[in-house]
Amino acid sequence: MALELSRLSRHFTGFAALHEVSLRIAPGEFLALLGPSGSGKTTLLRILAGLDHPDSGSVSRDGEDFLAMGARERGVGLVFQHYALFRHLNVAENVAFGLRVRPRRQRPSPAEIDARVQRLLERVQLQGLGRRYPAQLSGGQRQRVALARALAVEPGLLLLDEPFGALDAQVRVGLRRWLRELHEELGLTTVFVTHDQEEALELADRVAVMNQGRIEQIGTPEAIYQKPATPFVCKFIGKANHLPLRRVQGRLDAGGWTPGDDPWQGVPARAVAYVRPEQLALDVPETAPGWTARLRHVYPAGGIAHLELAVDALAQVLEADIAAEELARCGLQPGAVLRVAPRSAAIFPLDDRTGDTVAGGRWSWSCRRHG
Amino acid sequence: MRRRILPGFGLGLGYTLAYLGLVVLLPLAALAWKASGLGAAELWRLLAAPRTLAALKLSFGGALLAASVNALAGLLVAWVLVRYRFPGRRLFDALIDLPFALPTAVAGIALTTLYAPNGWLGGWLGTFGIKVAYTPLGVLLAMVFVGFPFVVRTLQPVLESLERDVEEAAESLGARRRQVFVRVILPLLLPTLLTGFALALARAVGEYGSVIFIAGNLPSYSEIAPLLIVQKLEQFDYAGAAALGTAMLLASFALLLAVTLLQRWSHRWAEPAR
Amino acid sequence: MSARRPDLPLRLRRGALVLAAVGFMALFLLLPLAVVFVEALRAGVTAYLASIRQPETLAAIRLTLLVAAIAVPLNLVFGVAAAWLMARFEFRGKALLGAFIDLPFSVSPVVAGLVYVLLFGAQGWFGPWLDAHGVRLVFAVPGLVLATVFVTLPFVARELIPLMQAQGSEEEQAARVLGASGWQMFARVTLPNIRWALLYGVLLCNARAMGEFGAVSVVSGHIRGLTTTMPLEVEMRYNEYDFAGAFAVASLLALLALLTLAVKSLLEWRYGGEIAGRARGGH
Repeated sequence: MALELSRLSRHFTGFAALHEVSLRIAPGEFLALLGPSGSGKTTLLRILAGLDHPDSGSVSRDGEDFLAMGARERGVGLVFQHYALFRHLNVAENVAFGLRVRPRRQRPSPAEIDARVQRLLERVQLQGLGRRYPAQLSGGQRQRVALARALAVEPGLLLLDEPFGALDAQVRVGLRRWLRELHEELGLTTVFVTHDQEEALELADRVAVMNQGRIEQIGTPEAIYQKPATPFVCKFIGKANHLPLRRVQGRLDAGGWTPGDDPWQGVPARAVAYVRPEQLALDVPETAPGWTARLRHVYPAGGIAHLELAVDALAQVLEADIAAEELARCGLQPGAVLRVAPRSAAIFPLDDRTGDTVAGGRWSWSCRRHG
Repeated sequence: MRRRILPGFGLGLGYTLAYLGLVVLLPLAALAWKASGLGAAELWRLLAAPRTLAALKLSFGGALLAASVNALAGLLVAWVLVRYRFPGRRLFDALIDLPFALPTAVAGIALTTLYAPNGWLGGWLGTFGIKVAYTPLGVLLAMVFVGFPFVVRTLQPVLESLERDVEEAAESLGARRRQVFVRVILPLLLPTLLTGFALALARAVGEYGSVIFIAGNLPSYSEIAPLLIVQKLEQFDYAGAAALGTAMLLASFALLLAVTLLQRWSHRWAEPAR
Repeated sequence: MSARRPDLPLRLRRGALVLAAVGFMALFLLLPLAVVFVEALRAGVTAYLASIRQPETLAAIRLTLLVAAIAVPLNLVFGVAAAWLMARFEFRGKALLGAFIDLPFSVSPVVAGLVYVLLFGAQGWFGPWLDAHGVRLVFAVPGLVLATVFVTLPFVARELIPLMQAQGSEEEQAARVLGASGWQMFARVTLPNIRWALLYGVLLCNARAMGEFGAVSVVSGHIRGLTTTMPLEVEMRYNEYDFAGAFAVASLLALLALLTLAVKSLLEWRYGGEIAGRARGGH
């Protein structure tokens, strides 16, 4: 089913949790709502679940008014952040709950309910645990019970609120892959909320990055990472070095380095460039534009290493990532002097008066020679 | 109105308000109405009568004193029950609630029998010249009895949740046991102690059943205000009873408000910073 | 230095504290309880049983049970409704409503009785009208029930509100999303989660309802065999110098109190977690 969210706003006393949010969710899509806490992602999810109502805006499902339906009638499966399992019911009873509360005429027979519960428990790999109580399960098991309970009512839309938030790192990665496989198997339209970008980028077909009640960017994980649309997305997704640029003799310039002729025809006097740590070249020839940098620290992190580079021309410390192998091959030691320059950057013009970024302006710059 | 997610708001609100209105608010309004019908001069004449004043003084003074005794004894008992292990601890812990569970009339005749001049304890105390039953001291004793569980029961969970590391931190900074208690533990307990104090106070001010037997009820000496209300009712002096009842209510509310303010001040460290 | 084995003065001090606390409790709790049973049985078991079998005593027991059987369920339903409202919704005036729910605890039982006399008595607001229609509320059983409802009103609500606030409403929201109707949600999710706290509140409410003295004393009129509950029967016998009889009836009430304490301790011990969230005290 396709969902069309149009100009949803929701205000709480003192702040706007959602501001004119519009979004289309395609049938069978796996969509992530990604953002820091307070960005409105959970409010959006709760509105879809029928647990909250927008102050204005509309949601339609295949043309019918979704908001007019009560939480009970929407056919939505919701997995709560802390699962909200019924602590006095065992696993099988929890999963059967949504079927047992149906009006008598729509309710499957007890035998059929039992069979369906067994199938679901197998699907979530909890066969044999039907008689356990939630308190007797591990975190990952509880999460799968919550999922089975949501799936039991055969929802048209599955909503997951921070599905892995309460789990430890090991379990998290395993469950993530499993959930992705389950989604491919069922083809169920799924929306999940997370503040963990790795989770969103790995799992979702599309990611909506939210900030302060607005959607900053929506797109595939690649697009979000490679072509960030706003400075917020640059800062929030992955790491980025932040370089202020000033116009010197017609060109934007940062400490002697310039990206060349900008597409804005010399209008903004200032701009800002975001450079990913892995997009910083460390072997720039003397002839090419770049900065002289001194290696201050090496932080090994498994397969890669984070380097801390002091650049005097910028009066700034930059961060660069290189493969651990590469580091070993070059034999770089703290104190080494390098010549560095960006391979690619996302550059945003700044308003001359306010100093804010100009909406819509983005230049995905990349260096031909080092690209 | 914004739609609510969980059902039953209208039903719950309607039922709660109707029930409270009928059972509590309407009757209390009748009381205030009856008292206000008297006029200020008449009200003053009734309340300023020496016997009434003496009864109010005994009820409120006795209750303040009893609540203070309970604050001290309750702190001691709660501390011992939470911190120390000794034989019979669970039994005593369960018995703390006896004054809640034991009907007040039963407590009243039991205390009277114990402390009467020919009673188990009364006779022994008499040899020291101490008279308890049929004196204001007896009133105080009964008030301490009925208020006792409040302080212990409010303090216990707070004491249990009191982090030991705070005390250890104080000790590691060089504080002696007494200093740890006075400077660290007591300030942390004070808001709760005041809550228990207020509850014990409210109970003791209005207490009737357990007091009237042991008090002896000598006018202007050991007669409490609730008993005076009952006597006025028995003489069909409804207006006088209503006046005294209203005065008691207002005085208890004023007292509870004062304690609440004191408690809020003592709990100021838990308020969000402004 | 180790905490395991404190030095001697510290142990002495602890011993003194324990002794003082135990002494206070023995003097104030055990002794009054003991005196009830000793006095009740002073004249022997036969006399004890005889005074319990008196028709007035049996009538008082029946009346006490009747009053509690009406007042407790009324306050049970009220307590659940009020707790649902207070723990699940935000609305203007909520703090004030909470204060009103607790109000009966800070009103003297005598005043609680008095207000009903002022409302329904011969000189009260509704007195003349009730008289004209031949209805008698005060100095009759309905008055006893009303006064008892007043003084026991907060018990159930006060047990449930902190527990339900601590539990939160996520499970109930989950039930709604899964398609449960309001009553299905209440019966299948809410009620099972609060059952032990509910029982706990009912237990305390019942103990107070059966033992209430001041409020019922004012509205009873002391008509023996008709409007005297057990606590009033205790008073009347005591004032008639029938001490053995007074203590015999009192011993029944004391047994009820002990039973209440036993079940209460059992509940706390067995289901402590499920009734936690309750602020202890304040009954």
